[in-house]
Amino acid sequence: MSILIDASTAMIIQGFTGKIGTFHAQDMINYGSNVVGGITPGKGGQTYLGRPVFNTVKEAVRQVGAEASIVFVPPGSAADAIMEAADAGIRYCVAITDGIPTQDMMKVKNFLRRFPESERMVLTGPNCAGTISPGKAMLGIMPGHIYVPGNVGIVGRSGTLGYEAADQMRRLGIGISTSVGIGGDPINGSSHRDIMEKFEQDDETKLVVMIGEIGGPQEVEAGIFARENMSKPVVAYIAGLTAPEGRRMGHAGAIISSSAESAAEKVARLKELGVTIAPTPSAMGETVATVLARIS
Amino acid sequence: MNIHEYQAKQLFQQYGIAIPVGKLAVNPNQAREVAQEIGGESWVVKAQVHAGGRGKAGGVKLVDDFERVGEETKAMLGTRLATIQTGPEGLPVESVLIEKTYPIQREFYISLLIDHVTSRMCFIASAAGGMDIETVARDNPEQIITIIVNPAAGLQSYQCRQVGFALSLQKEQLLLLEKIMRGMYRLFLEKDASQIEINPLIETDGGELMALDAKINFDDNALIMHFDILALKDAGQEDEKENKAQQYDLNYITLDGSIGCMVNGAGLAMATMDLVKLKGGRPANFLDVGGGATKERVAAAFKLILSDVQVEAVLVNIFGGIVQCDIIAQGIMAAMQEISVTVPVVVRLEGTNAEQGIKLLNESGLGMIAAEDLAEAAEKVVALVEAT
Repeated sequence: MSILIDASTAMIIQGFTGKIGTFHAQDMINYGSNVVGGITPGKGGQTYLGRPVFNTVKEAVRQVGAEASIVFVPPGSAADAIMEAADAGIRYCVAITDGIPTQDMMKVKNFLRRFPESERMVLTGPNCAGTISPGKAMLGIMPGHIYVPGNVGIVGRSGTLGYEAADQMRRLGIGISTSVGIGGDPINGSSHRDIMEKFEQDDETKLVVMIGEIGGPQEVEAGIFARENMSKPVVAYIAGLTAPEGRRMGHAGAIISSSAESAAEKVARLKELGVTIAPTPSAMGETVATVLARIS
Repeated sequence: MNIHEYQAKQLFQQYGIAIPVGKLAVNPNQAREVAQEIGGESWVVKAQVHAGGRGKAGGVKLVDDFERVGEETKAMLGTRLATIQTGPEGLPVESVLIEKTYPIQREFYISLLIDHVTSRMCFIASAAGGMDIETVARDNPEQIITIIVNPAAGLQSYQCRQVGFALSLQKEQLLLLEKIMRGMYRLFLEKDASQIEINPLIETDGGELMALDAKINFDDNALIMHFDILALKDAGQEDEKENKAQQYDLNYITLDGSIGCMVNGAGLAMATMDLVKLKGGRPANFLDVGGGATKERVAAAFKLILSDVQVEAVLVNIFGGIVQCDIIAQGIMAAMQEISVTVPVVVRLEGTNAEQGIKLLNESGLGMIAAEDLAEAAEKVVALVEAT
């Protein structure tokens, strides 16, 4: 098991023939992901990277049974691409695009709410590195080789800080069930909590690592969920101890606009909720190893 | 993006939100003329800077004769105003807003922003106007009313009434409040704002409601669709290095430490700064070179870091994914060959093409210090600063 994607998940690329789409589609194919085609409106009927190109997501769902999609469409039209995927019956969508206007994401969230929960597409991102179930499939832009298969689930906002965590674990011989990037934007498809809920239900996952940062309420919400509903231990690291108040630290969502959003405050709350905190970013791997040793 | 109070008030006027009579002035003579033109018996002179807390910092003066309007304007213009939000060096005062004064009965707080729990627009209002809303939220949460707007249906009259009654407004004032709230809502949607704040919203002797102050922030991701808003940008209110960074599409924020940091990815950049601090050092900046770093961009980033005279050592931490470490190495080498670098540089490269990158740096003869991992990199750079 793993969450969201596995070796059989039929994937498509939205923004297939663009420069970025091409590069990462090839990387995903090389990794072994089951890429069944791609979307570029107006280029339907062609073959690209050995896969069929479709004009619409609906065609890809009907003709090749696409279940998951990854969006590389530019910010101005990314919301449209996400909504097209949801409407076509795609089950899981990763939005890589950085810079989507907040109002557009509000529209997306509202659009997704119209579907009954059982038919609602799961969205992760935007502005994220994607999702990988090591050894099975990659729906993202991460360097796949640093992730080894195993029993730790990762959910995080940042791409490269997630790589750092996975790499530290790999060096200690710890593998990963699935790693999910939820992105650095203030409004995102899935929260830390949403992903933790899935990890709790996954037999293969024994422990969850949450990599959070300053800004927004999502890390503490996830901590509350962990205390009330999870049987598995949670390890967390919160970045931004040195971030000044009121400044946007790269990510659109990484801004301390109230005292509850600071790293120190989030760490204090998470500790109260029973989450094990990695004291430094270089100790994420060790902290996971310590907790794993305790539960095995 | 931030704009000035006077610009925010001009937008308010376009959207039917009542504001005090007033005008901008850029010299003392003009300020006196504006006061005469406005008429009345007293005026307020407000320094225009992109920061709150102006009143306590001496940036808002109440005066009751024309000459004093000129004198206060003269005293403010050309200075730097340091408020609780600006840091000690303050922001330059290049213009002042001269406004008529009004007898105030009550002061309220109202703002419109995006609620991150529901991903919907949300009004926050309080009868405790003029105060810091966070303090009110902490000490007297019952004084705050929150209204979430359904995006499909839009703002409803009953929601405005709920706010009005919570603020103990008279029946006749409810429509005045609704006009203000509808104006805020329309402005937020049409111009892609990220926050609109009126603090205080005043009730005058005559029962009118008026925005005495105005603060609007805009969604940077949507500015490309709003050239009129982009034209309101005042680069003089922003850090010079940060403006330069924007030209190269770099995320850069000036801090007050001595260790320059160049990292790829915002989360890893914050984590790297945290580690520097935990090891006893102080970061001089936040810098994310981004996912699509080219040789030129890395060189520009490196030069930017070194343009800060406070920087005593540089830490480069790159985890290559899309970004290839050899490209980063080439960028650093290009920058170091162009400018003379007198401070030590610690480099940690990991991920895609890390080996090639390290090899390039080792063979360059530029004397960079390699680090195996994040902890070692932070320790080395902090030790180097302590040794100087």
